[in-house]
Amino acid sequence: MAGINLKVNGRDHRLEVDPKTPLIYVLRNDLGLKGTKSGCGLEQCGACMVLVDGKAVYSCSTPVGTFENRQITTIEGIGTPSDLHPIQRAFVTERAAQCGYCIPGMIVAAKALLDADPNPSEAAVRQALSGNLCRCGTYAQILKAVLRAAREMGR
Amino acid sequence: MTLSPSFAKTPELDSWLQIHADGRITVSTGKVELGQKLKTAFAVIAAEELDVDPGRITVRTAETGGSPNEGYTSGSNSMEDSGTAIRQAAAEARKILLDLASEHLGAAPETLAVTDGEVRAGRSGPRVTYWELMGGKRFDRKVSAETAPKRPDLYRLIGNPVPAEGFEALVSGAVDFVHDLALPQMAHARVVRPPNYHARLLDLDDTAVRALPGVLQVIRDGRFLAVVCAREEQAVWAASRLSGLAVWDQSKGLASGDIFEQLKSNPRRSLPVVEGVPQEAPGSPSTAPAGAAATLSATYLRPYTMHGSMAPSAAMARYDDPGNDDRGLKIWTHSQGVYPLRKALASVLEIPEDTIHVVHVPGAGCYGHNGADDVALDAALAARAVPGRPVLLKWERGDEHGWEPYGPAMVMDLQASLDDGGRVIFWSHETYSDTHTARLVTPDDTSRLLAAGHLGKPLAAPKPKPNMGFHGGIHRNADPLYDFPECRVVKHLVEDLPLRTSALRSLGAYGNVFAAESFMDELALASGGDPLAFRLEHLTDARGRAVLEAAAATADWRSAPRADGQGQGLAFARYKNIKCFAAVVIDLQVDDYGAIHLQRAVIAADAGQIVDPEGLKSQLEGGLIQSASWTLKEQVTYDGGGILSRDWDSYPILTFPEVPKIETVLIDRPDQPFLGAGEATQGPTAAAIANAVFDAVGLRLRRLPFTQDRVREAAGQG
Repeated sequence: MAGINLKVNGRDHRLEVDPKTPLIYVLRNDLGLKGTKSGCGLEQCGACMVLVDGKAVYSCSTPVGTFENRQITTIEGIGTPSDLHPIQRAFVTERAAQCGYCIPGMIVAAKALLDADPNPSEAAVRQALSGNLCRCGTYAQILKAVLRAAREMGR
Repeated sequence: MTLSPSFAKTPELDSWLQIHADGRITVSTGKVELGQKLKTAFAVIAAEELDVDPGRITVRTAETGGSPNEGYTSGSNSMEDSGTAIRQAAAEARKILLDLASEHLGAAPETLAVTDGEVRAGRSGPRVTYWELMGGKRFDRKVSAETAPKRPDLYRLIGNPVPAEGFEALVSGAVDFVHDLALPQMAHARVVRPPNYHARLLDLDDTAVRALPGVLQVIRDGRFLAVVCAREEQAVWAASRLSGLAVWDQSKGLASGDIFEQLKSNPRRSLPVVEGVPQEAPGSPSTAPAGAAATLSATYLRPYTMHGSMAPSAAMARYDDPGNDDRGLKIWTHSQGVYPLRKALASVLEIPEDTIHVVHVPGAGCYGHNGADDVALDAALAARAVPGRPVLLKWERGDEHGWEPYGPAMVMDLQASLDDGGRVIFWSHETYSDTHTARLVTPDDTSRLLAAGHLGKPLAAPKPKPNMGFHGGIHRNADPLYDFPECRVVKHLVEDLPLRTSALRSLGAYGNVFAAESFMDELALASGGDPLAFRLEHLTDARGRAVLEAAAATADWRSAPRADGQGQGLAFARYKNIKCFAAVVIDLQVDDYGAIHLQRAVIAADAGQIVDPEGLKSQLEGGLIQSASWTLKEQVTYDGGGILSRDWDSYPILTFPEVPKIETVLIDRPDQPFLGAGEATQGPTAAAIANAVFDAVGLRLRRLPFTQDRVREAAGQG
C-alpha cells in the first residue's frame, strides 16, 4: 500500500492507507479527529466540512490522495473546549446548537467566510452557509452567532 | 402533593440522586438527550431545589440496569414526567440533608440557610456541607409525597438564563456521538438492503466480496445482508460491491397509486373521538344542523414526510467479550427507549433479557421514531458474526432515507356550519391515516424492528391497532380547543398502505392543526370577519387568547403596509389541548413564478413555568423552521420499484437562504406546571403559511407541500 503525506492542523503525518479512501475516514479513524462528521457521503449536507488551504471543502467523498501537501484544518484545529476560537465562543453565547451534529461543519464554513470577508452582510452569511444543512432548525441562532463573531473579531 | 408517575417503576431516592464526597452531585433520568437540552433543564431543576450551583450537577441519561425506567423519550413528556420526578426527589433530599445538618450543628432546621450546598446556622454560626454529611452514602428510602418543593417566589435559577451544559464541547466537535465511538479491535459494518420492502433475494455469489481487503464477515440471513470489515471505508466498498452482486425478485412492488385515494378507499377502522379520546361505539353520521346560514367543507392533504436526521442511524454492539465480565450482548444506541429496545432485542435474538446491556449514547436529532432501534438490531446481528469484537454499524444516507419509518400521509375532511351572526354552530373533523405509533411496546411489536422481517425466519410485522390514547396518533389535536357548541371528530385507521410509518414530531397534530387552522381562516372569510377576531370570538380559554393576542401585537397584525404579493397569516393551537400554547404569525411573499419566500415569523408561547428560557425558545423556533421545511418542500416520493427520495437532492429541506427572521415571545406562568414545547409550533406554522399565502395572492392551498409547482397549479385552477 502506498504511503500518504498529510498535513493536518499544522502537523505532518505519514499514513499507510489506500489513497482512494475518502479523506473523512482517515481524519476520523486514523488520526482520531472525530469532530468532522459524516452526514451523507454525497457532498450535500456539509457536516464533513474541513478547511483546505483556507477554503471550506467537503471531506466525505474526495480521496485522501488528492490532499497531499495541502494544509488541512479540522474543527479541532480551529479551537478546543478550553481554548475556543471567537467563532466557537459566539456559537456558545448564542446557544447556536441543538443536537450539534451539523455544528462543526457550520463553524468551518463560517471560518472560511470570515477569513475572506471579516465584515459580511447577513445575506453573505446565508449564502456562505447555504451548503450546510441543519435539521433541528437552529439556522436563526447560527446566523446570529456568525454575525456576532464577525463583530467581536472586528473589534 | 401528587408524585410523578415515574416513581411507580423506580421509587428509591438513590436511583434519582447521589451526593458524592468530592462535592459533585449526580442526577439520573430515564430519558435521553436528543438535542432538546433536557440535561440543562434537569440540572437547573435539581440545583434550584437543593440550593447548589448547577455546575456541581451531572445528569446521567438512560441505561438499562443503571437508570430509572421511564419508557420512551417522546410526546413532549420529559419535562412533566422526569422533570417533576427530579424536582420531587431533590426536594426530598434537601429535607433529609437539612435534618442531618440540624442535628450536626445543633440548630433548628428553620434557622438554617444553604448556599451552594453549605449549610449555616445563622450568619456567623457553624457550618457543614452536604457532602460532609452525605458524601458517598445512600439515602436508603423511597421518595415520599410529603416534602413540598420550593415555592416559585423563592426561585433563584429557574426562568433565568443559565449556561447550557456541554456547549463548549459541542462547538469543538468534542462530543462523542454513537458514530464516534472507538474501542480496541473495533470492526466496521454496513448493511445491504433489498431494493424495496417486498423484494426477495434470489441469488448471491459473495465470493468476490469475501476476497476484498479487510473483509471479516459477509452476513446473509434470509434477505438480511451485511458486511463486517476491519476498516470503515472497506465496509463501505464491500457493501457497495455486495449490493451489485445480489439478484432480487422484484415482482411485488409498492402500491404506487394515488395515496390520497388509497386513504379514502382502503379498508379501515373508524372511531369517533370525544374530548380527545377514541370511542369503541360507532359515531353518529355527520350532519350539518338545519337552519344553518352557511355550511362549508374542505379537504386537506399531507404527504409522507421523513425524520431526515442529519446523521444516518448507527449503533455499536459487542457479543460475549471473553476478556470482560460484560457477558452477553452490549449495545450502544441512540434509541429513545433503552428498556423497550432491550426487550425487543431479546425476543428477536432469542436470548434472555438480562444478558443484554443497553447504553444510551447521543445521536443526531431524531424528531421521533427513526432508524435508531432498527440499526441496533443490525449491529447486534453483525456483532454475533464476530464474537468478542465490538462492531460499529452505520447506515448510509440512502439506507436512512429509504428505510426509516416515515411520518404518515393524512387526509383531513373538515366541515362546519355558521349561523346568521357568523358563529360556528357545528364543526366536523375526520382524519384518514396510517398508524403514527409503531414503537416497540408489547412483545408482539418486536417484529417491527426492520431486520426482524428480513431474517431467514422472518417475523411478520403486526397489524397496527388504533391508538386509543388521549390525543394519540391520528387524532392528535383533531379536537379543537375552540368553544363550538357541536363538534364531531372521527379517526380512520387505514390499512394496506404502501409505506412503513411511525412517530414523527407532533404525530397527527401537524396535519390536523394545518387543516383546522386553515379552515378557521376559510370560515372567517365566509363570515366576513378578521381571522384573529374570528378566533377570539370562539375562544374563552384565557391562556389561548393571551398567546394569540401577544403574537398579533408583536407582528403588527395586518396593520403594516405591504408590497405586491406580500401576505400575513396566523394560526394557533395548544399541543394535545393540554400542553404548550403556541400562536404563530408568518409574513411572506409569493413571487411571480409562484415561489414562496418566508420573511418574518413571530411565535407567542405559554409553556407554563419557564425553566430555561433560551432552551425553550430554541425548541419552539427549531420546531417552526422544521415545520416550514415540511410545509414548503417535503414529500417522500416512491414508485412501484421503491423509495425515490434517497438523498438531500431528491428530498430537499429548508436551507439558510430560505429561513425567515424569527421573534419569540414567551409568556411565563410561574404558578403553572412546566410543559414540554418541542412539538407546539409544528401545526400552527403550516396553517399560518397557508393563511399568509391566501392573504398574499388569494390562493387557498390545501395540499402539502407548497412547492412552486403546487402554487402554479392552484393558480391555474383558480
